[in-house]
Amino acid sequence: MTTQSGTTETRADAPRGFDEITILWISEGMSCDGDTVSLTAAGQPSIEDVVLGLIPGLPRVNLVNKVLSPSLGGEDFLAPYRKAARGELEPFILVIEGSVPNQNIIEGDGYWTSFGNDPATGEPQTLNWWIDQLAPKAWAVVAAGTCATFGGIHAMAGNPTGCMGLADYLGWEFKARSGLPVVNVPGCPIQPENFMETLVWVLQHAAGTAPPPPLDHMLRPQWLFGKTVHEGCDRAAYYEQADFAKDYNSPKCQVKVGCWGPVVNCNVPKRGWMSGIGGCPNVGGICIGCTMPSFPDAFMPFMDEPPGGTLSSMVIKPYGAVIRRLRGLTNDMVNHEPRWRHNKQKLTSGYDPHWRA
Amino acid sequence: MTTTDARTSGRKPAQLVDMNWDPITRIIGNLGIYTKIDFANREVVECHSTSSLFRGYSVFMKGKDPRDAGFITSRICGICGDNHTTCSNYAQQMAYGVKPPKLAEHITNLGEAAEYIFDHTLFQDNLVFVDFCEAMVKATNPGVLARAERTDAPRGDVHGYRTIAEIMKAFNPFEGEVYKEALKVSRITREMFCLMEGRHVHPSTLYPGGVGTMPQPSVFTDYLSRLMRVIDFVKKAVAMNDDVFDFFYEALPGYEEVGKRRILLGCWGAFQNPDVVDYRYATMNEWGKAMYVTPGIVVDGKLVTNNLVDINLGLRIMLGSSFYEDWVNEDPFVTHDPLGNPVDMRHPWNQTTVPVPQKRDFEGNYSWVMSPRWYHPGTGEHLALDTGGGPLARLWSTALSGLVDTPYVKATGGGIRITLPKGEKLPETTLEWRIPKWSNTLERDRARPYFIAYAAAMALQFLEEAMGMLQSGDTKVFENFEVPDESIGCGFHEAVRGVLSHHLVIRDKKIANYHPYPPTPWNASPRDIYGTPGPYEDAVQGQPIFEENGPDDFKGVDIMRTVRSFDPCLPCGVHMYMGKGKTLSTVHSPTYGANHG
Ligand code: SF4
Ligand code: SF4
Repeated sequence: MTTQSGTTETRADAPRGFDEITILWISEGMSCDGDTVSLTAAGQPSIEDVVLGLIPGLPRVNLVNKVLSPSLGGEDFLAPYRKAARGELEPFILVIEGSVPNQNIIEGDGYWTSFGNDPATGEPQTLNWWIDQLAPKAWAVVAAGTCATFGGIHAMAGNPTGCMGLADYLGWEFKARSGLPVVNVPGCPIQPENFMETLVWVLQHAAGTAPPPPLDHMLRPQWLFGKTVHEGCDRAAYYEQADFAKDYNSPKCQVKVGCWGPVVNCNVPKRGWMSGIGGCPNVGGICIGCTMPSFPDAFMPFMDEPPGGTLSSMVIKPYGAVIRRLRGLTNDMVNHEPRWRHNKQKLTSGYDPHWRA
Repeated sequence: MTTTDARTSGRKPAQLVDMNWDPITRIIGNLGIYTKIDFANREVVECHSTSSLFRGYSVFMKGKDPRDAGFITSRICGICGDNHTTCSNYAQQMAYGVKPPKLAEHITNLGEAAEYIFDHTLFQDNLVFVDFCEAMVKATNPGVLARAERTDAPRGDVHGYRTIAEIMKAFNPFEGEVYKEALKVSRITREMFCLMEGRHVHPSTLYPGGVGTMPQPSVFTDYLSRLMRVIDFVKKAVAMNDDVFDFFYEALPGYEEVGKRRILLGCWGAFQNPDVVDYRYATMNEWGKAMYVTPGIVVDGKLVTNNLVDINLGLRIMLGSSFYEDWVNEDPFVTHDPLGNPVDMRHPWNQTTVPVPQKRDFEGNYSWVMSPRWYHPGTGEHLALDTGGGPLARLWSTALSGLVDTPYVKATGGGIRITLPKGEKLPETTLEWRIPKWSNTLERDRARPYFIAYAAAMALQFLEEAMGMLQSGDTKVFENFEVPDESIGCGFHEAVRGVLSHHLVIRDKKIANYHPYPPTPWNASPRDIYGTPGPYEDAVQGQPIFEENGPDDFKGVDIMRTVRSFDPCLPCGVHMYMGKGKTLSTVHSPTYGANHG
């Protein structure tokens, strides 16, 4: 009886989450919309699995995304956003794709990017206006892709728009209604499964079936961005053996032809690009650091050896050369069969018939 | 149906309503369409297209290492980023004087073929076809849906659906069978892409001078086995699309007028022939014509030229309704091409981008898109070429040139024959795309699945050749080069939705000028200095309205079908920016339910 009531009590006390939640996705940041496109590549789980309720433990999800919306556009499409801005749609997760421009540098009339028109005036409504309206009301805020997380390619040196990442815009101490900070999923574009997995965790948290996702100091999911490219790279053994590619014709370590893998936080070589296929250094692409806060400026020119690479690859040279030679000898040895495998009259395998009886 | 009667029974006093759709859904990027519709005569009398994004690639690329251009320009577009990288590499290869090894060309072609198959499938079945799906037709033309229920699908033996309405139902978003299958196919084809180019959207293994993709047999086997898994889907898609579009002509007499414009098509060619291409400007006409999609400009149904040098020299970037200062008084970067031909000040090699933010004014300047045009030396016109959404111009140009003759694809002069091998369920099939009577909405959409078949067929040839090279031990995929102090280059390619060119000027080993011209600035361009509207505007303006709803519950499906038939993709309008909006007299924003399940 006590056990029973105890169980009941635990259930009643368990944090109860939402049964239904809306995802308001805005891709009107300065982006290429590549994160939305990337998301449709995810198969583990796929976006339709989530929308159709095929993943247990999630709330019912209403996805509002311009690219995938069945609406014809305009006000019809904007209706849920307007509702949320009026505070009449709860709860919702706000997903921002693309970097956020600096409106303050514009003198006079003008907008860097807008999302629909103000119904009263017909004037374009800026992305910044929408973020100001929606972020404080959102249950969670997710930044999809390196543009939205850290500014990315459009925020590179010499850019005219002064754009930045979402957390730069909202303040790094920003907290959504759930208490979660901006959840950053970098990647140019997002690796499809990295994004879906993070979204699913946030949704499970919304449903009350999971704790908040663990984030690092740059607000990235720890389990996805906690290791370096190099640590998961197929070519890392070549590095260790100081065997470096001189151009892109080689399956060896690419550090001398531009790979930044040793110092970049990203799981793509390990995970592949989608369903384990593709990637960067593992399949012949140098790592250009596209998930990093300092992308792209710190990594350009991309096709040159990273400044630290010269030293580290020099230091490892003598060690690598010895190791490679020793391993070569051993490799040679293990590439021969033992002598007892033959079809002569006598059994030489060491088998002792005594034990047979 | 009723609309046709209204149009033929003489004009009624106009009943004008301003209507706009901003943002347009189911496209990539920020596009707004602003129209005036005459409901009494059921036609669109005016159309302006505008976008609301300025990022300034040509501004922030200045002074950067030219080798970074492909990595940076990939980020112009989130769906065809690889087409930009490829095109940038073509332009760089001309500037550096480097010719990639043959196997690298095959690998690039295979990647691009996978991209065409993937992107067209996702766009047609998951984005465009929603406008033709059961739910949408029910909301806009219930009479047509009723008829579709009674109409047998002529190609049911191929695709398995008994009636036209059953096909429409299969396209319902997120729930329909074809919609869901198309998403799966788009994943398999993206895996094919990743095998060749590493990552999808922004490839990781493409470099100027070649590729870094490791040419191993398994890479090609993995590609081939996936291709064979989707080959029957491709055959079915062509049959389903043909059934639905033929039905629309039948059910709504006069539907050929929707989105129809003068035949003004441009195609810059795709799939290099590795045996011919050397990236030299001097031989560009020869290797251009050897491409497996033939470049060409088609005007009123006739081929004007298929010489890439002519195409290049005719490019003009016009202002007229765009928020820029003219660069006519700047110093030109390039006065003559490498053959000694004069280069116009309005050519991309000489363009300078000087943005001037201002209010949006549909009577004056209303767009940050400039107006690319092609100067016809024969007639002196500045043609607002369109890309037919990509496939229409590609197939048309290739068919007329009659140069492509391969084991799986043959240009016949009047059309293209495409042979796909036996798949799991369907036998070997030869499809034939024929040059249509019109350049209109339905034909732009119809060409798309045929081009999927085209790309799949070409992929088979590239695979066979690449495997052959590999098996004979020829595995070089990258050629080294030096960046010269001073040089120029141009690249011509087809992004999924049409013409793509990159123009590059190098000074002191740095980018002095870089101008990518993707398809959407061509299609989405505003009125130019001569008042010539851009292709979206031209196609929508004057088109009849067939939707059964009146002004109060109007959805604008016919207009949206037209705009989407061009495969709009606004991120590539790299210069785009939208000024402050002007208040419209009667703003009516159409609605379609309020539920986005
Ligand atoms: S290719 Fe890059 S990530 Fe891989 S081992 Fe070399 S340096 Fe590390
Ligand atoms: S490996 Fe490097 S280039 Fe590739 S996705 Fe990760 S950070 Fe980006």
